[in-house]
Amino acid sequence: MSAPILSVRDLGKRFGSLIAARDITVSVPAQQTVGVIGSNGAGKTTFINMITGHLRPTKGTIHFEERDITGMPSRRITGMGISRSFQVAQIFPSLTVFDNICAAAAIGRAPKTFMGHVRTPLRSRESIAEAETLLELFEIARYRNRLAATLPQGVRKLLDIGMAVAGSPRLLLLDEPTSGVSIEEKFNLMQVVMSALRNRKITVLFVEHDMEIVERFAERVLAFYDGTVIADGTPTATLADARVQALISGPKVKGAVAHV
Amino acid sequence: MAHGGRIAASSALLAAAAAAFVLPDWIISLATIAFANGLVVLGLIVMWRAGLVSFGQAMYYCIGAYAVALIGRWTGVTDAVALVLIGGACAGLVSFVVGFLLARYREIFFAMLSLAFSMILYGVLVKTESLGSTDGFSVIVPTFLGYAPHQEKLLVALYWLVLAVCAIAALLVDMYLRSLAGALAIPVRDNEIRVEFLGMSVSRLIHTKLVISGLLGGMGGALAALAVGHVDPNMSYWTTSGEFVFITILAGAGSVGSAFVGSLVFESVRSFAFAMLPQLWQMLLGSVLLLTILFLPQGLGSLIVRLGWRRNAGAP
Repeated sequence: MSAPILSVRDLGKRFGSLIAARDITVSVPAQQTVGVIGSNGAGKTTFINMITGHLRPTKGTIHFEERDITGMPSRRITGMGISRSFQVAQIFPSLTVFDNICAAAAIGRAPKTFMGHVRTPLRSRESIAEAETLLELFEIARYRNRLAATLPQGVRKLLDIGMAVAGSPRLLLLDEPTSGVSIEEKFNLMQVVMSALRNRKITVLFVEHDMEIVERFAERVLAFYDGTVIADGTPTATLADARVQALISGPKVKGAVAHV
Repeated sequence: MAHGGRIAASSALLAAAAAAFVLPDWIISLATIAFANGLVVLGLIVMWRAGLVSFGQAMYYCIGAYAVALIGRWTGVTDAVALVLIGGACAGLVSFVVGFLLARYREIFFAMLSLAFSMILYGVLVKTESLGSTDGFSVIVPTFLGYAPHQEKLLVALYWLVLAVCAIAALLVDMYLRSLAGALAIPVRDNEIRVEFLGMSVSRLIHTKLVISGLLGGMGGALAALAVGHVDPNMSYWTTSGEFVFITILAGAGSVGSAFVGSLVFESVRSFAFAMLPQLWQMLLGSVLLLTILFLPQGLGSLIVRLGWRRNAGAP
């Protein structure tokens, strides 16, 4: 087996006397799709924020592609190939869908120097081509000329994830990709997202509350409780775990959507 | 500027330069001041696009003007081009330093902090007796690469210098606005979090804009000082800053050219209003702004766009 793309060892985060995360040790091989479950306050978002450099861990190490990224500022981590989407879609409302993606693609391709930013045009041939490809890949091409402010919720989420992908990341962290999306649309949305990410060979960690979606789309599930990982394995095994059922998903009721 | 825009802008520039041969002196001196102020407005437009409004832009205007006046007085340098560059550089340097603080603030806090800086400068100048206190002092008569004109010829030479500086500044700013760093103004205004997580430093983008507008403000002040022949602390007073913001609203941030059109319209309306209604000229000026906001919410500059001079008007 090749070296893991992401390797987290003994990670911990304290806010004063509150322990938000402790003893997290996880390693993720390239191109795996990992679901992250847990109730509110279990430490899922803290975990993601530490990987993306938004929060500085108080303990432990994070390695990405065998490089130590612990405590690096988020911009540098983004530049190295880790990208994220948000629970509430973070887009540019007064630009069109196309310009949103094109801006993201241009930033991703620009040299990371001051003069590079001044010399690179917003709409270069490559950034336009990349934007066109992503619009097709995420199936939002028919919204291309709409202002992002006027988009329905599901399209906003797709746009947000599309923008995260425009920087050509190798690891993508999705924070609740289906939150705010109606139950009928959720599966379809995840289907589009996951096939797009597979197409790009991106390793994915996604936080999700809907157990059916986790079961359907994750190859592996990490269950968080009280700041640490209490179960780690295939969806079937993790969701069948007694502690996971007691603390997170509840006993499985046939046909019902387990929600926490 | 699209190709058509460049041609239109060049013809406008040539027409403005040629106008010096036919127009009366008072119009030329009015236009000189208007275009010098237009540089300051251009700087405000650069920030405006990123959602920032500075109520202290007069500080850079004043720094540029005093730098020219002091260098003329102390060193005997009289070359206008050198003086304008030094004036711009001094203001640019100050904007770079205060930018480390200002780039962290947004909206009303940014506006008030920039206002505070400009009023500190005003206060210092008013208390400095060696610089003439509230009276200010006069500026040397400039030369142009060894050529030392007088009277009408000086007026025309300064006018052409202002046109040349404005043309170069407009071209460079236009190129900047089309670059990634410049075009990200709207994304920065819309959503800083997203810009940061795409891997771009928002504070550095904003800091760059502050320095650009400081440079432009300083050059505008330097040219105004040479044209008026006198500097005083009122150049840094908040009403001066307010006037620049007024012109920016009048002009709109749609294109680079609108800064100069707006400034020229403002100076003309003010002169005519003052001549016609000495008691009520401010009311007339206010009405013009009100009408502009009501009927041309994107500013006078949007007229240029509507005339179809810019084919790629949609490019942010």
